[in-house]
Amino acid sequence: MPRTSHWILRGLRHVDGILLTLVVLVLGISLAVVTSASGQSAARISGHLVNMGLALGVMVMIANVPPHLLSKVGPPLYAAGVVLLVGVALFGEIRNGARRWLDLGFMAFQPSELLKLALPLMLAWYFHRNEAVLRVKHYLVGGVLLLVPFLLILRQPDLGTALMIGASGFYLLFFAGLPWKVILGGGALGAASLPLVWGMMHDYQRQRVLTLLDPSSDPLGAGYHIIQSTIAIGSGGLFGKGWMQGTQNQLDFIPERTTDFIFAVFGEEFGYAGAILLVVLYLAIVARGLVIAARAPTLFGRLMAATLSLNLFTYVFVNMGMVSGILPVVGVPLPLMSYGGTALVTLLLGMGIVMSVATHRQLNKS
Amino acid sequence: MPLATPLKNLDRELFRFHGRLKVAGAFVVLLAATLLGRAFYLQIMQHDYYIQRAESNRISLVPVAPNRGLILDRNGRILAENYSAYTLELARAQPDGLETTLSKVGKLIEITPGELRRFRRLLAESHEFETVPLKSKLTDEEVAILAANHYRLPGVEVKARLFRNYQAGPGMAHVVGFIGRINDRDLKGLRDSGRAQNYRGTVHIGKTGLEQSYEALLHGRTGFDQMETDASGRAVRALSRIPPVPGKDLRLYLDERLQAVAEHAFGDYTGGLVALDPNTGGVLALVSKPGFDPNLFVDGIDPETWKALNESPERPMVNRVLRGIYPPGSTIKPFMGLAGLELGVRKPADITVDPGYFILPNSTHQFRDWKHGGHGLVDMRRAIAQSCDTYFYKLAFDMGIDRMHDYLAKFGFGEKTGIDLEGESPGLLPSRDWKQRRWKKAWYPGETVIAGIGQGYHLTTPLQLATATAMLANGGRRIEPRLVQAVRDPLTHVWQPLPVKVDEQLAIKPEDLAVVRQGMLDAMRPGGTASAAAAGAPYTIAGKTGTAQVVGIRQGARYDAGSLSLKNRDHALFIAYAPAEKPTIVVAVMVENGGHGGSTAAPIARAVFDYYLTGKRPGNMKLEGSDAPD
Repeated sequence: MPRTSHWILRGLRHVDGILLTLVVLVLGISLAVVTSASGQSAARISGHLVNMGLALGVMVMIANVPPHLLSKVGPPLYAAGVVLLVGVALFGEIRNGARRWLDLGFMAFQPSELLKLALPLMLAWYFHRNEAVLRVKHYLVGGVLLLVPFLLILRQPDLGTALMIGASGFYLLFFAGLPWKVILGGGALGAASLPLVWGMMHDYQRQRVLTLLDPSSDPLGAGYHIIQSTIAIGSGGLFGKGWMQGTQNQLDFIPERTTDFIFAVFGEEFGYAGAILLVVLYLAIVARGLVIAARAPTLFGRLMAATLSLNLFTYVFVNMGMVSGILPVVGVPLPLMSYGGTALVTLLLGMGIVMSVATHRQLNKS
Repeated sequence: MPLATPLKNLDRELFRFHGRLKVAGAFVVLLAATLLGRAFYLQIMQHDYYIQRAESNRISLVPVAPNRGLILDRNGRILAENYSAYTLELARAQPDGLETTLSKVGKLIEITPGELRRFRRLLAESHEFETVPLKSKLTDEEVAILAANHYRLPGVEVKARLFRNYQAGPGMAHVVGFIGRINDRDLKGLRDSGRAQNYRGTVHIGKTGLEQSYEALLHGRTGFDQMETDASGRAVRALSRIPPVPGKDLRLYLDERLQAVAEHAFGDYTGGLVALDPNTGGVLALVSKPGFDPNLFVDGIDPETWKALNESPERPMVNRVLRGIYPPGSTIKPFMGLAGLELGVRKPADITVDPGYFILPNSTHQFRDWKHGGHGLVDMRRAIAQSCDTYFYKLAFDMGIDRMHDYLAKFGFGEKTGIDLEGESPGLLPSRDWKQRRWKKAWYPGETVIAGIGQGYHLTTPLQLATATAMLANGGRRIEPRLVQAVRDPLTHVWQPLPVKVDEQLAIKPEDLAVVRQGMLDAMRPGGTASAAAAGAPYTIAGKTGTAQVVGIRQGARYDAGSLSLKNRDHALFIAYAPAEKPTIVVAVMVENGGHGGSTAAPIARAVFDYYLTGKRPGNMKLEGSDAPD
């Protein structure tokens, strides 16, 4: 017994207390909302608890792995991810008109999930390795490393995931010092090429954008999700209708309400006050991550902590923006809130990396 | 390896990184502000709008149709009542296609070709979200079969519906009318009058007769169940209920058995009869022959049957009492006589010599009397009793069309009586102005002459004749005929009488009226034109026969019923009231192609008088039930 507790204490030494507190607070809110949204389904609640336990365990484990070891995982993980993406493009299974899934025999798997962590790890490893001699060519290589998976995922087609992964790669390049003139020039070029992108988009993607601009144009089809979720949020008012009291939620008007649209349930039952609290908690997580990045002793640590923090908030923004009707409907879960094991584990794995960066400072210096 | 890089360089890199962190932090704060701004807009600024949207999502109002009011005769006998029955109804959009569903249903229960035709017609008329009845009045067995196969037939519903039963049958069809399914035109009318909301949940609406005229009272107020429903439209629980208010019951002046007697007396003739209470205007009987079965219409008539009814040469759908217009013929004579006396054109004792014809000054054209050789010397009383044409030719000529028109108009000729049924015809009371307007031609003196015996342009409905006759019976009070005497509030069960509309007294000198009434009394006595019809009556009748020409008879030729085909024979008319001293009932009868008023129309009126005044029924008539007073 003393041995076990010793190990646990040693393990917990690498957990960042502030980050853990914030994460657990959001997970607590999530448990309450999933309970309400699932109609107090015991299966959902226990499943959610198991996912949380698993993800927190993974987080603590990763937190104990020193950053220099983590950085070594980058290249093989990235390589594996790209190979699998090519495999998908050649042999992938088509579901709902998109070739995203790879049938591994025992499970169907989306390799694009892998890239969410593999791409930042790969880029951070690359820039860290070349820290002393950083030149323009390194940014060019970084750009290529970003574009390869981005384009492969875009081809599937999966615009949402491609943009999210592209964003994480971009954040890393940004923190690695990508010159402002390149950023601004690229932004201008991107804006100019928007009509071209529109022309290349698939019909269903265009429909999503059009529906966003005017949800009422398709109230029974694609617009239904947005209409019902904005009604739910708007009807919540300042303090909400109360836990398990949301009519939009309880009477099935909100689609996907334990997963992608969980913020609609939250907004309906806890109101504007709840929304402020949730956004402040997310901001605190991001702030803590950026502080950790600022204090990190290595370039790898700085880049990973900053990128993963910013990435988390990007998911928050895209999900809440979608649910509250200012962004198109893309299948992005709300970090730490949505029901779903894979996303939660991936996310807390990232938090584990941030914690590892935070707690291996002294050790690394010594 | 990082430790190997120059310290200065590292500091600069770190400084730049911290700058970028600040930019990133600002970016995140900007995104967060955007999210909270959006939430503020939705939850604070637009909260009222969205709470309302959420409520209308959640709460649905399920209309509860009220029970329609009953229609009862004066003795409380039911003429129109409700019953509920199961109907098989199909949604317009069928998952397997309409034809497949129809054939599936057809294998389970019997669907007749008529029902199928009716279904297709209703389908064409129905709205998108309505279900359309395929078969009404399902038997218990059929309901059970359909319930057992419900899972195989999505979009097929068995619904409990309220129906109307008209047990009085064809004789009452023109009075009570019928209800039918609400069609586009009805719906537009309801919308235009702001009543559409009250008809949510109602399937039927009054189409003709009292069902139409008293729709507003009979229908009642629709109730609503306030239900909480989920996204799939399933009711989760009832929140509140506004109960429906049933329609009001109507009690008529009309006596169902008197109606049956009148109808029976008609035999195989077509025509119309109306009996009024001359003091109230209450309609005691209103017969239009032939009738039709109103029950055919309640849940949609099949197209073949409708075609047969509509195209029948006997035109059973036309209410002859209200809409049949005929020349009044000799029934105009009492009114002409009264006009002559009141306007000072004649005195009661003034004698006209009748050689059998009348000739206008400076003309050779003979206006013939119906009696070959003439009536000799006639005064007004005799002229009415014997229906002397020559007397009235001359009277009309002396009076002139203008005065004639103005005086007859006081009896309601040429305008609607105002009965509480829709679709009444105003008839036509000709005048110099009218002819100028209508035909752009001057009025000829000869037209005045024939107008004196109710021929020419003058057209009346049987109802107009009855209301005019009522003025003779009641001393000159213009009455508005009424079918409904009282309405019953369904909640308090109190009968509330409807007001009687009696216009101001027309100033008639009693001695003038007495002469005319005496003439009508004489008409029913030996020597009068309808004496046979009054023979043996234990009360006195005052009446006047009439004959309305269907085809013109050439100058010099004679009317011979035998040589004319049936449909070209004259219409027989008869107006009367009884008892003559203190009248309680007025009757106007029109028998199409019946020939002489005295021989065909008057006996029908006699049967009505007999039953109404003495309770005696025609000898060969059986009335069902034993609740007869005699």
